[in-house]
Parts: sequence; structure tokens; C-alpha cells
Amino acid sequence: MLGGTEGRRRRGRQRMRWLDGITDSMDFDEEFLETKEQLQKLQDGNHLLFQQVPMVEIDGMKLVQTRSILHYIADKHHLFGKDLKERTLIDMYVEGTLDLLELLIMHPFLKPDDQQKEVANMAQKAIIRYFPVFEKVLRGHGQRFLVGNQLSLADIILLQTILALEEKIPNILSAFPHLQEYTVKISNIPTIKKFLEPGSKKKPPPDDIYVRTVYNIFMP
Amino acid sequence: MAGKPTLHYFNGRGRMECIRWLLAAAGVEFEEKFIEKPEDLDKLKNDGSLMFQQVPMVEIDGMKLVQTRAILNYIATKYNLYGKDMKERALIDMYSEGVADLGEMIMHFPLCPPAEKDAKLTLIREKTTNRYLPAFENVLKSHGQDYLVGNKLSRADIHLVELLYYVEELDPSLLANFPLLKALKARVSSLLAVKKFLQPGSQRKPPMDEKIIKVKKVFRF
Repeated sequence: MLGGTEGRRRRGRQRMRWLDGITDSMDFDEEFLETKEQLQKLQDGNHLLFQQVPMVEIDGMKLVQTRSILHYIADKHHLFGKDLKERTLIDMYVEGTLDLLELLIMHPFLKPDDQQKEVANMAQKAIIRYFPVFEKVLRGHGQRFLVGNQLSLADIILLQTILALEEKIPNILSAFPHLQEYTVKISNIPTIKKFLEPGSKKKPPPDDIYVRTVYNIFMP
Repeated sequence: MAGKPTLHYFNGRGRMECIRWLLAAAGVEFEEKFIEKPEDLDKLKNDGSLMFQQVPMVEIDGMKLVQTRAILNYIATKYNLYGKDMKERALIDMYSEGVADLGEMIMHFPLCPPAEKDAKLTLIREKTTNRYLPAFENVLKSHGQDYLVGNKLSRADIHLVELLYYVEELDPSLLANFPLLKALKARVSSLLAVKKFLQPGSQRKPPMDEKIIKVKKVFRF
């Protein structure tokens, strides 16, 4: 489909928007879920393979499952490396980063008492397990991007995760000079820069309204 | 590069079993180095062999691959089990992810606290018969072909059939109303490489038992 793509999802799931936003030719529309009835309608109409969102209508398909959607878009827009080995590296980096991003996505839905503890857990995981890997990769090859000297899905997912973490823990990158420089450089890529400006489709940090909306839609 | 892949993991299903199935179905022989005590895992970490300090890890073609999905993606691509183009890959991905979601629930069930077990089991049954199995049965019904995607065996079929075995272990009656899935299970099971893998003495791992649950607790798995 040559026009835009349509994404149907509740306000929080940012991963697809990030990827769509930075690819030049990918303008996209959004249909927000705000009520249970809307979700029901999608389910009853057989639009959702596993009765779940996110769902993205693209090129005549109704894609579900975050990773399938990400892979398809990345493939289509040459964000998956030049060969199988690069692709596999990108996969490993993306999967590791998604493990960290998943903590952020679930965070608003934890009990308030657990939320503070979880911020500490996220910070620890980021600083001890994930960031050292990427810092070392960048230091090792001295290139602008994680893999193959060109922008890939790995860079986009990592940037998204870093920025989301910085919202909760502003100095999270203090021990990682290469990641700091990397964050600035990637953020300045024109399409990404545009996406990071106010008024773009990038969604704000989750708030109480978001959490309530999700509960209203998905709880019985 | 010659030489068999080597799998590093605990001696149990966990997150490595789907990789074992895929390799086996592709007819690829592999070796296993089991992690049996904390020192085994520490050694791998200290070696720098584990990118994120985690297993599964598979040594293959000169690489030390981690992250289950990255490993599966590599194997599926290498052995032509990932469809013929982007669109087939997208379908295969969707189906594989759905299988993984249900598989995750079933995998974690034995570790569930006793007080929560009944509710969890009810949820798993409900999702199995109302969400996942119907979706796959409908895919097969819609095109009437022998395999889920592109009229050819792909990783999606292998992952799904593996899952069907776990569903059957939980409760065989759950498969009752899904004739096409039963046929797929029989068909894939009769492929030579899979048939071999299903026989006793293969590298297929049995369900979790008390001993393995203790081991997982030691590793805070």
C-alpha cells in the first residue's frame, strides 16, 4: 500500500511509532483505542489475529505482534543490515534492548509501592547488563551506528529506550561517554529530530489517564 | 564452517527447547554443554561468552549467539525455514510470536505458586481453546494447504507442533475440536528428522520436575 499505514493501538505502545516516524517515506495514520467497545469491534471483525493490539495495517496486511511489525518495517526500509551476520547482530542487540524496554512499558501498571523499587531495578539492569555492551561496541569500532556503519533497527530501539529511561533517571548515561555522544548524534538525524519535536506522533510519558484507559479497555 | 553447533543451557526445556526442535527438524546435529552448577554459568560469564550475561547461548558458525529469537531467526534463515519473501516472513513471525506467547504461559505454569495454580490453569485452557488454537486452525482452513505459510514447511509449523505437544501434555482434550491442527501435528511428526527427535534417547527434554524447579530457583531463573 503506497499511502500511509494505519496503526491501531492504545496510546502507550511506542515502538512502532518510533520506527515509522524515522523512515522518510513512512507517513502513518493512527486510530486510538479509547473504549472497550472499539476493541470489541476490532475483535469481532476478525481484524486481530490473536485478539490483541498493536495491529498495523500495511501493504494489504493486518500485522500483529510487535516483533513481526518491527521486522517487516525494518526489512522494507533497509534497517536490518546488509547480510545475515549483520542482521543477526542487530537481532541480538534489539532483543536485549527490548528486554529492558519491556520493564519500562510495564512500569506504569505496577502497584505504586513497587514502582519505586522497579525504577532502581531498571537502572541497575541498564547500567550493569545492557549499556556496557553497547558502550563497548561503539568504543570498539568508533562508528556512528551500532552495526555496519549505517542506521538500523538496533539504533532506533536503543535510542528510544535510552530516552525513555532518561525520563525516569536523568543521569542514567553518566558512566557511558560513548553512549552519550551516540544519543546526541542519532537524535540529530533529520527524520528522528523531527519525530522528537513537539507536535510529532511520538507519545508522551505514560500518565494516570493512560493507565486508566488501558484498564478500562482491557479489564473485564 | 564445519563442526556442529553447541548449545549452552540447563538440562531442561526452558528457553532452549524451541531451538532444539528447530535444529532437529532442520536435520542439524548439535552438541550440548549443560549448566549444572553456578560455577558453570560463572565461567561462561567471565569468559565473555554471554553478551547479556544470559543463556541460552548457541555457538554456531563462529558466533556466540544469544537471545532466543535471534538464535531462532538465524537458524531458520540458514536452513530455509523462514519463507521466500518479506511477506511470508511477516506471517511466519506473527504465527511464531503467537505460539511463543502461549508457550510462555505453559512454560511458567509449573513455577506458579500452589495457591494460584488453579486460576492459572483455567486461564491457559481458555486462551488455548478460545484464542490461539482457533487462530491457527483458521489459517489452515483458509488456504487448505498442508503448512501454515507458503505451502511449505517453515519454522512456524515446527514451533506450533512443539506447542501442540505441550498442550497435549497439559490436557489432550484441548485439541479435540481442531482437526486441521491434529493433522498438521501428525504430518510434521512423521517427517524423518522430527520422527527421530520424538523418539526416546533423543536430545528432546522431558517436562520440568521438582529437581529442575530447584535448579532454576538456585539460578534465580
